[in-house]
Amino acid sequence: MRRLLAATAALAALVAGCGSDDGSRPGDRPRLTVSAATSLTSAFESYGPRFAPAIVRFNFAGSDELAAQIRQGVKPDVYAAANTKLPDQLFEEGLVEKPVRFAGNRLVIVVPADPEDVSSLADLGRDGVQLAIGAEGVPVGDYTLEVVGRLPPSQRRSILANVRSEEPDVGGVVGKLTQGAADAGFLYITDVKAAERQVRAIELPRELQPNVEYAAAVVRGAKEAPAGREFIEDLVDGVGRDAMRDAGFGPPPGR
Amino acid sequence: MTASRLFPLALVASLGVALAFLTLPLLAIFLESSPGELLASLGEPGALDALGLSLQTTGVALALIVALGTPAAWLLATRRFRGRALAVTLVELPLVVPPAVAGIGLLAAVGPQGLLGPALERAGLELVFQTAGVVVALTFVASPFYIRQAQAAFAALDPELLEASRTLGASEARTFARIAVPNALPGLVAGGALAWGRALGEFGATLVFAGSLSGVTQTAPLAIYERFSNDFTAALALSAMLVAVSGAILLGVKLVSGPGALGGAGARG
Repeated sequence: MRRLLAATAALAALVAGCGSDDGSRPGDRPRLTVSAATSLTSAFESYGPRFAPAIVRFNFAGSDELAAQIRQGVKPDVYAAANTKLPDQLFEEGLVEKPVRFAGNRLVIVVPADPEDVSSLADLGRDGVQLAIGAEGVPVGDYTLEVVGRLPPSQRRSILANVRSEEPDVGGVVGKLTQGAADAGFLYITDVKAAERQVRAIELPRELQPNVEYAAAVVRGAKEAPAGREFIEDLVDGVGRDAMRDAGFGPPPGR
Repeated sequence: MTASRLFPLALVASLGVALAFLTLPLLAIFLESSPGELLASLGEPGALDALGLSLQTTGVALALIVALGTPAAWLLATRRFRGRALAVTLVELPLVVPPAVAGIGLLAAVGPQGLLGPALERAGLELVFQTAGVVVALTFVASPFYIRQAQAAFAALDPELLEASRTLGASEARTFARIAVPNALPGLVAGGALAWGRALGEFGATLVFAGSLSGVTQTAPLAIYERFSNDFTAALALSAMLVAVSGAILLGVKLVSGPGALGGAGARG
């Protein structure tokens, strides 16, 4: 039965994949399927066409959602997550090859371009401020809770009491902010760059900044494993890294 | 073998494939985890909240849909007027619009920066991030299911029945309430069941427009999505519950309004 379910999930992924087909001719280049965190969208979309060895197809969603798909038997060639925890877990479960850390990012407070209510961390807990954050389990949500957890208890409570929505990925938070539905949220600095002119970032004090690190791994049993390994190598040192830097990502912390 | 004998065989094979395809995923939900696991996961805080919120919001949405949709469907079914075809098409439009688009449309219309946003704010009416917003999203996506079916049910009424009521001196309001609604009831109930089922399963419009917060806007489908990544067994348990509730609604309607209810009026429409 489990296999049946896996087959159903794989079929669903296949059907979903059809929609994002860029229509280019396959030729003799392999087709590489990459499941990546939503926050990587703009960086990877500029990297994809520049990656010569394969035609790359992306499947963007919350890192946790993609990990759950892999656990259910869905087999993209590469898994790229917005933390190291999920790829490390999958590695321990024997589902992916050894993860490679390839980029760092910074968590920031994000407000609509013309903010009305929020201009600093201290404002987040004020009465009437509406916050949209990532849900627990989604990397951006976990980082957010990590930051809030470092605040004094009373401030922590008042901020959490202002949370109006827990979104399944960064896209949900961005949308709630650009539509003026939420007054503030926590996102990566790269999300702000991608939605420039619509949102603005407020930096967090250094001592609150979580260690935001991205890791990627080739999925075990992937059809295009060699091309997948090349894709990751290029992320560490190649056109992939350049695309990441252009999108505002930093090197992985400690490098 | 002749073609005349092949055809019935092909029919049976098609139905067999269709049934297997349609029931397997739902069956798998129940077979993938033990009843004990399912029950244990439902005890988890949040799961029953989500289910309760789903029943509450879909109930309110259904009441709104029926109250507004029944007279509207009667008008569409009994009058020929300029722009009627357009009105019918507009009513059906949400059926073919992707739910996420519905959510974005609702934000653009009644969100804080939407067309009616400032007016709603002056009236002190908040929808985004509120349970009321969930009801709005559900009503938007589910009402066409009811209105279409109700319109078909009214249109299928025997004209002589309505004519008799009128010649006996009954006003249109009285004819509508005493003759039309009772006689079209199986079709109306069927439409209500379809709308309710659609509302129970609503996901995209709710997430985009109202957000997701346990106890406030996180309906059962949103809770399932959240659990899918963290706790697959819990996702299965809640899914099983939702399938059971939806199935019970469908079955209940069939029992109440006769076996033809869900097929009959629609087929004529």
